[in-house]
Amino acid sequence: MTDLYQGQRMMRNMRKAAMQRGVIAILDVGTSKIGCLILRFDGPDHFREAEGIGPMAGQSSFRVIGAATTRSRGVRFGEIDAMQETERAIRTAVQAAQKMANVRVDHVIACFSGARPRSYGLAGEWALEEGAVSEQDVARVLAACEVPDIGQGREVLHAQPVNFALDHRSGLGDPRGQVGNRLACDMHLLSVDGAAIQNVLAAIKRCDLEVAGLASSAYVSGISSLVEDEQELGAACIDMGGGATGISVFIKKHMIYADSVRLGGDHVTSDISKGLQVPLAVAERIKTRHGGVIATGMDDREMIEIGGDSGDWEKDRRTASRAELIGIMRPRVEEILEEVRARLDAAGFEHLPSQQIVLTGGGSQIPGLDGLASRILGQRVRLGRPLRVQGLPQAATGPAFSSAVGLCLFAAHPQDEWWDFEMPLDRYPARSLKRALKWFKDNW
Amino acid sequence: MQPLILRRADQSDADPRDGGAHHAPRTPRPPGHRPPRRDPAPSRIAYRLHRLWLTPSYRRLLRVGLPMAVVVGALGAYFGNPERRAEVVARYHQIQREIETRPEFMVNMVSIDGASPPLAQAIRQSLGLKLPVSSFDLDLVALRHKVEALDAVANADLEVGTGGALHVTIVQRKGAVVWRSGAGLEMLDPTGHRVAGLVDRDARADLPLIAGQGADAAVPQALALLKAAGPLRPRIRGLVRVGERRWNVVLDRDQVIELPETHPIEALERVLALDNAQKLLERGITVVDMRNEARPTVRLTPEAMEELRKMRQSEAGAKTL
Repeated sequence: MTDLYQGQRMMRNMRKAAMQRGVIAILDVGTSKIGCLILRFDGPDHFREAEGIGPMAGQSSFRVIGAATTRSRGVRFGEIDAMQETERAIRTAVQAAQKMANVRVDHVIACFSGARPRSYGLAGEWALEEGAVSEQDVARVLAACEVPDIGQGREVLHAQPVNFALDHRSGLGDPRGQVGNRLACDMHLLSVDGAAIQNVLAAIKRCDLEVAGLASSAYVSGISSLVEDEQELGAACIDMGGGATGISVFIKKHMIYADSVRLGGDHVTSDISKGLQVPLAVAERIKTRHGGVIATGMDDREMIEIGGDSGDWEKDRRTASRAELIGIMRPRVEEILEEVRARLDAAGFEHLPSQQIVLTGGGSQIPGLDGLASRILGQRVRLGRPLRVQGLPQAATGPAFSSAVGLCLFAAHPQDEWWDFEMPLDRYPARSLKRALKWFKDNW
Repeated sequence: MQPLILRRADQSDADPRDGGAHHAPRTPRPPGHRPPRRDPAPSRIAYRLHRLWLTPSYRRLLRVGLPMAVVVGALGAYFGNPERRAEVVARYHQIQREIETRPEFMVNMVSIDGASPPLAQAIRQSLGLKLPVSSFDLDLVALRHKVEALDAVANADLEVGTGGALHVTIVQRKGAVVWRSGAGLEMLDPTGHRVAGLVDRDARADLPLIAGQGADAAVPQALALLKAAGPLRPRIRGLVRVGERRWNVVLDRDQVIELPETHPIEALERVLALDNAQKLLERGITVVDMRNEARPTVRLTPEAMEELRKMRQSEAGAKTL
């Protein structure tokens, strides 16, 4: 775990370097599409005076100057399945975005949806030596959190301190400088499959890009599609992607739970393909044009030409009613939502003060989904679209881009993670300076 | 599979809510037959080259540095050969020559104003121009110095005029005195500058004669003396410079007036006054010595000296008698 800890620190330094250069790329590695946005940082508050807007959590400091999406290849369930294919798809997206931006990017922040995320709540305590809380005390209390057994071959993707408590006062955002005896902290740790991370890192490295950050797409789409009071009062963001559906639960502006269901829009498509006996491309097209989840009497009369090029007239002139299509799609969508419901129940979502559920992602564009979801997930369901950021093309403002937009916000203004805090002094490797000196002596 | 949002743009041509099925005129090709959007991945080389091209320094290098290097390299390769270099220089000179020798710039004749024919001939010779000549090749300042080096020329103006003529305007020196020196006879202008040599004194009998070493340096004084001589002028045969410091006025009948170094004109005027009053110069006197201002002295002719001696003897005899 220390390796990834160091790796995450390095990524943060990389992000700083990219900020100084002013250009950073956002890469959303999804199952159905790979999106690349190129951001230019023109310095903080560059646009504030011109348009009279507030700081807005760092989103006023950047501008999207390049955007491209490409059909994803070699990604299944949000994990890289065929490295070369994925590398090619990343290259396509990055090159198209670079062409649009007319600038070369070297640093990229990536997110992916799969890799079986698992959430852990950690708690740590530390008795303060002096009266006031110092940076070192914060570092020590974070180090005192007992790390659960996250399993063989798994890595920590996010580890965010969610809450600090000083003696009996809880809910502190920043305990530094406050006086007390005992500092406690709660940390949310998200672990994912290590192999999946290594695959993503390798694919990006093969495109000559430096990774300046990694994030879970459930987390970043929550950042972009939940509004501020939803994040504050408690809400879940359901990001319905192509191969996986991400779930993230927010309260007090911190993510406290994330999970992913390995079902998504691609399964709906394959159901249509099987049910109507059409190729996947045609099924996808029928889904996006005529799809729905709630059938009405009108839908029985609306006939959809299925088409085909087999040469057999009978087969090529087949039609299906929209009700039939809905009959194929609905069980699968229900299954996805049931699965999400089960995950939310397991996480104890019903204990949150506000139980807002926001559906986003490309799959949330199925007409009538909000009605179906409110039956399964609860009354407070809405469809979410990502926040607007400056310079984003109109084609990339839909819910399918909520994780890309969230990643932009994450790049501009990342939440403090475990590795952003100071390291406790006693954890520094004692011999490192000696070793550095010895290395110098040996080599010069 | 295609990104959903980008496919939504296609929806405008056939809205699913209207039910495309019972609208009779459908598109001839069923929708499923449209080929998917082509989105080929760039090869690794193309990707790297594109990134390299987007790097500002490479871009500058390729767009500015490379053409510059090609041009400089080509020129360097061409001019590396000394023969080619010489060829280009020769070509340049040839073109320059062609322009300079155009008829518009040629000088075909020399016209000399204000000079006597022999002087004009001398000027032509001293100019030494081989006509026709290009006006670019004429160094007018040097030519002017050449012309003014002639003794008879006081001042010369040279001008290339229209029609290919070189106008030389001359102010000639005028002879004021004839100087007889060891080398021969020379004519001098009022400043003492040589005008021309003379073979014969009679060629310019109208000019006064001066003689003696260094006489040419004191020509203005000599002229002033001659002017002051007035009534004595017809008797003056010439002026002789003595020891390069003072003048002797030589009159006919071998009479000499020796003038002092300083104020010679006043001394001459005193002699004239004496002559006017006492007919000094009509007497038997060979030399009037005015060198010592306080003590003018005369030297008598031997006859006069004899006469004087006789007179003194008779006076003495009368006294003794």
